[in-house]
Amino acid sequence: MSSVAEKEQYNYDIVKFCVIVGILMGVVGTAIGTWIASELAFPIMNFDIAEISFGRLRPVHTNTVIFGFGGFLLYGAGLYMVQHCTHARVRLEKLAWTAIALWLVAMLCVWATLPLGITQAKEYHEAEWWIDLIMAASWVCFTISFLATIAARKMSHIYVGLWFFISMLFMVTYIFVFNGLCIPVDMTFSYSAYSGIHDAMTQWWWGHNAVGFFLTAGFIGVMYYFVPKHANRPIYSYRLSVLHFWSLTFLYVWVGAHHLHYTATPDWTLSLGAGMSIALIFPSWGGMINGMMTMSGAWDKLRTDPVMRFMVVALAFYGMSTFEGPLMGTKSVNALSHYTDWTIGHVHSGALGWNAMIAIGAMYHMITRMWNTEMWSAKLVNMHFWVHLTGAVLYITAMWGSGVLQGLMWRAFDEYGNLVYTFADSVAAMHPFYALRATGGFLVFCGFCIMLYNTLKTISAVKAGTNVTLTAEARA
Amino acid sequence: MSEYKKGGGMIRGIPHDTIEQSLPILAVFVAILVAVGGIVEIVPSYYLDDAEPAVEGVRPYTPLELEGYAIYRREGCFLCHSQMIRPFRDEKERYGHFSLAAESGFDHNYQWGSKRTGPDLARLGGKYTDAWHIQHMRAPRSVVPESVMPNYLWLEENKLDTSKTKRRMEVLAMMNVPYSPDDIANWEVDLKAQAAVDDGEGEDALRTRYERKVWAMGEKQDEDVTTWTDSFEPTPINVRAFDGDASDVTELDALIAYLQMLGKSVHFEEGVDYYHDKFGQPYRK
Repeated sequence: MSSVAEKEQYNYDIVKFCVIVGILMGVVGTAIGTWIASELAFPIMNFDIAEISFGRLRPVHTNTVIFGFGGFLLYGAGLYMVQHCTHARVRLEKLAWTAIALWLVAMLCVWATLPLGITQAKEYHEAEWWIDLIMAASWVCFTISFLATIAARKMSHIYVGLWFFISMLFMVTYIFVFNGLCIPVDMTFSYSAYSGIHDAMTQWWWGHNAVGFFLTAGFIGVMYYFVPKHANRPIYSYRLSVLHFWSLTFLYVWVGAHHLHYTATPDWTLSLGAGMSIALIFPSWGGMINGMMTMSGAWDKLRTDPVMRFMVVALAFYGMSTFEGPLMGTKSVNALSHYTDWTIGHVHSGALGWNAMIAIGAMYHMITRMWNTEMWSAKLVNMHFWVHLTGAVLYITAMWGSGVLQGLMWRAFDEYGNLVYTFADSVAAMHPFYALRATGGFLVFCGFCIMLYNTLKTISAVKAGTNVTLTAEARA
Repeated sequence: MSEYKKGGGMIRGIPHDTIEQSLPILAVFVAILVAVGGIVEIVPSYYLDDAEPAVEGVRPYTPLELEGYAIYRREGCFLCHSQMIRPFRDEKERYGHFSLAAESGFDHNYQWGSKRTGPDLARLGGKYTDAWHIQHMRAPRSVVPESVMPNYLWLEENKLDTSKTKRRMEVLAMMNVPYSPDDIANWEVDLKAQAAVDDGEGEDALRTRYERKVWAMGEKQDEDVTTWTDSFEPTPINVRAFDGDASDVTELDALIAYLQMLGKSVHFEEGVDYYHDKFGQPYRK
């Protein structure tokens, strides 16, 4: 392990900035999420204002949580772990700072344009072409700085967590560029370069790999550093990590087609997508098992350390959603689940369970290490854990319930061969679930507020010198 | 990371040590590996004829419908409404014939959606009257009490911004949507004629242009020409004051014009043989 002298050479300022902005993004993103969830439960919440109507605000939520919260976590944790895993200070620091600044500018542009209805209307790729260019510039700057740091490493091997980051950096570049190809009409409107089935295929190649590489490969990379580090245990199996890295990298790319089952897309593509979706459970569970088994001999930490709990529960949710994913990727299950809230439930079991919890765990870990302090209040970290978990479980179960109910109501026939329910009947049946979902979302938002408060208190305690510094053992 | 290095070396004959000690090798392997799936799944759909079989009747949007499509996109309608009917019994009962690939062939981008918080709209055209749509946009719960849709009051208040219409058609023509130079030159006349704000003088010209049976694709007119059979009668263009007010063209005019043509282009007649070929694609024999 690196000496203290080496550690002091690391650039923590850039990571600190990302972590704080990331927490703020979490607060804002979940606040907007709670708001739009309430709009579905109580439509009066739209207040007849165009800019906050559901259709315009929903992409603001998804962009803020995925690219705001997720993006700043990946930039921050990426720069933190690349320095620790290479024992080198981040290279091309100005480029790295430029990446961070451009990403923040892009997020501000997203907030300014989407409520006005300026959108490419591609799910999870809504920002117009010129904002795409800002994001792409940021991504390229980050990639160069990140790879340059790896090239400057002070040991021969590249750590497995960094492999996952490399695969994310390449794949997200591909999908972002190709899905974003368009011809602008002006600054506020552009037409996609593809139409119909081609656009659908490209869109879900993007959509699922934004999940597969931005929210999985990147976050798995984070897991590979922070879980062993926080548990103070070596990663369980090197061979498993090699196997699951290459298989995940290869397989994820294929599965986007399962978003288009039974549509007008060529059937062979969909079957291929379904087959690959089933196969994907192996690499996914490889990562989950590797993370979980790393806890061997350190399970007692769960009793005392809420940060460890965040990480372990995140892995449990990851295992659960990557079981659910292949299930929903098969045609017969998808016939029921597609177009329903089950999809939303699945996304949020990944997002609130896996992504948010591993991110929050990594953030708490980084805060204590970078400021060399215990958190201001351990009780609040614990409270954050339970509030977040309760919110996530409420949200997910509500959406499972409503999704399956919706799917079954739509396809119900009576003994005379008539549809039993009108569509409006199914909408009415959703109301209690939508109210419950909004409550779950609100709890998650409260959790982020607790985290923000605790973090700000921790930093001011450090500045005032009233904090408790980490023990040498914890710092190692 | 000494503990991790112990397991390195050869894995079933693969010198993994070499890969993970060299950034260029690792990066190149990853860059190639992640490209495979997308290439195999997406590229063939451009070359296989069965991927998007031509269907009689599908035409590009008129200028007014094109503006309606832009409003549909702007308001994020696709986030709650799909435009893709699957080949299931309940969906046929509720929405009509399953959607064909060609029906969204001119949509840059596609509006299939991924969620039905509201019902599918792929065959909404002609299902309700304009008056129903006007009231439904003003106050959805006054016609469907269970609805959770926002009130879209601003649509009938906002005059339609037509400053981009011509440019929209030019951009689409670049991507082989078969707008002829004549179609583009007459965008304003056609737009006003369809919304019935011109006392009916442009209606015949509009119909001649958009109910035609030969659609030639952009520059490559020799190769790519869609010709409908002589017996096929294209669906007549809707021409009227869609928002009930012929004095000006509002956003509501454009949106309702768009909604009222959804799914109307292809005639699904009784006795016509539509079926799945080996790629699961419906086409007409």
